[in-house]
Amino acid sequence: MKPAIKLRDEIISGETTARAAVESALDGAEKLNDTLNAFLEIDREGALNRADVIDVEIRSQSGAVGEKSISAMPLAGVPIAIKDNICVRGMQTSCGSRILGPYKPPYNATAIERLLASGAVIIGKTNCDEFAMGSSNENSAFGPVKNPWDIARVPGGSSGGSAAAVAAGIVPVALGSDTGGSVRQPASLCGVIGVKPTYGRVSRYGLVAFGSSLDQIGVFARQASDAAAVLQIIAGRDQLDATTADVPVPDYGAELSDDVKGLRLGVSRALLGQGLNDEVRDAVEKAIEVYRDLGVEIVDIDLPHAKYAIAVYYIIATAEASSNLARYDGVRYGFRAEEAPALREMYRKTRDEGFGPEVKRRIMLGTYVLSAGYYDAYYLKAQKVRSLIKQDFAQAFAKCDAIATPTAPTPAFVFGEKVDDPLAMYLNDVFTVTANLAGVPGISVPCGLSSEALPIGLQLLGPNWSEALLLRLTHAYQSRNPLRARPRVHA
Amino acid sequence: MPITEADIEKVAQLAHLEMTAEERHVFAPQMAEIVAYVEQLNEIDTSAIEPALGGLTPEGERTESSRADEVLPSLGQKLALDQAPDPAAGHFRVPKVLA
Repeated sequence: MKPAIKLRDEIISGETTARAAVESALDGAEKLNDTLNAFLEIDREGALNRADVIDVEIRSQSGAVGEKSISAMPLAGVPIAIKDNICVRGMQTSCGSRILGPYKPPYNATAIERLLASGAVIIGKTNCDEFAMGSSNENSAFGPVKNPWDIARVPGGSSGGSAAAVAAGIVPVALGSDTGGSVRQPASLCGVIGVKPTYGRVSRYGLVAFGSSLDQIGVFARQASDAAAVLQIIAGRDQLDATTADVPVPDYGAELSDDVKGLRLGVSRALLGQGLNDEVRDAVEKAIEVYRDLGVEIVDIDLPHAKYAIAVYYIIATAEASSNLARYDGVRYGFRAEEAPALREMYRKTRDEGFGPEVKRRIMLGTYVLSAGYYDAYYLKAQKVRSLIKQDFAQAFAKCDAIATPTAPTPAFVFGEKVDDPLAMYLNDVFTVTANLAGVPGISVPCGLSSEALPIGLQLLGPNWSEALLLRLTHAYQSRNPLRARPRVHA
Repeated sequence: MPITEADIEKVAQLAHLEMTAEERHVFAPQMAEIVAYVEQLNEIDTSAIEPALGGLTPEGERTESSRADEVLPSLGQKLALDQAPDPAAGHFRVPKVLA
């Protein structure tokens, strides 16, 4: 599958059609789904109808084809996949859970409204860890997604289906959500770009809530220019999400360049120390050298409270989740357990049968840390350390323009390896959760392959609203050192 | 802090979750391990630190989030009830509330 922007240009110029592009994506999705399990729903009929509408619209603009069509429909005919926790009217939204039953949202998320208006065509909903809780996709109620580089290995999580769909070349771009690394970590494990925007950059309206103070919708792509094009569409203030900020959205595409000379990249030596896989460390250090060659100044920085981030995260995220997931009660929509004669029993049976073990574990943890007598010791303490993590970033960004870290401590691991050890699984997120706690943006960029031909990701973190700068750094890196290898499974 | 199976049952009640004996048996040590891990935060003196409030950036905090109080279209009764497991006469029907 060609890059989104190239596809759009060819569709608008008449070299190809939206129908042909969308059909090819649908064929790839259907052909590979037995192997990858990346899609929970593929909407062939709806996507082709939509593609036809776009083709008619483009042809009807006789004489005005070109610039005008591009500005009117910057993603004209581009096939896109959407994580199954983002509401698309008329399609399922399961969140990888049984508790939502056959739920079909009667409205579109704001990000979806904007994508549809830009001419993008949604081909399907992608598999994910249940309610976005997980780092391996093994928590999906519908079976895990497989990593296209090695189907014996996890694709990462929770947005594993979107990452795999882009890595396998089924679609050029996809949406996921990132609460503690759920876009960046699977991007790293699948060898694609994953963007987690600043908190408040993209509307969360229609994104099923997990940790409301941490959640952001993010973008998967294989090229920085495609990630920029999609972020351009979905970013910005939205009346329907009071936490979106009134901050101008720059022209991300126009700000892409290979000129990164003079920028300062912060590196924390402590984060490249213990517990990190040797091949990951080597790849990240080589990537930092690539930036040095490009004229970037490498500066030492310290994030002294980063080592506490997992502890803080698993208090705050579970506390928010226990509250957000209280809404699944079998009353208004979704699944309801049968044979419960009284209300309270119905709630308990519905939630017992509807939720999987990891979701229950997190609801339990969140309920525990918020319960009477424990609130100050856990939740309040965690919010105070969160302030210290924010301060760490503010101090670091006084010395540098962006920070480079690994995205994940290891390449993709094999299925089952960590499934019985929740704490070991949580430690996958050690490099990514800080950005969600602080609210800052982050991007994972493929920076090489391990000896077993598994992708490794470099994480770039920047100050609030620095997505354009991070995309520029991504673009410059990829121009110099593109990942040319393709996964074993691809469309 | 040790977490007993009785603690698990109490939290499960609060969270409206049913727990089998087997689940209690698996969850108790797992939760105890995670809680012990998060207790490393006690190493940090936070007596002079203000807690973070949510995830907002300074720009987000300054953003005027109220809007004009205008009536906008809503889902309507039919669509709102459309996916209820047990709708009845324009309402959501639930099992007996008082036992």
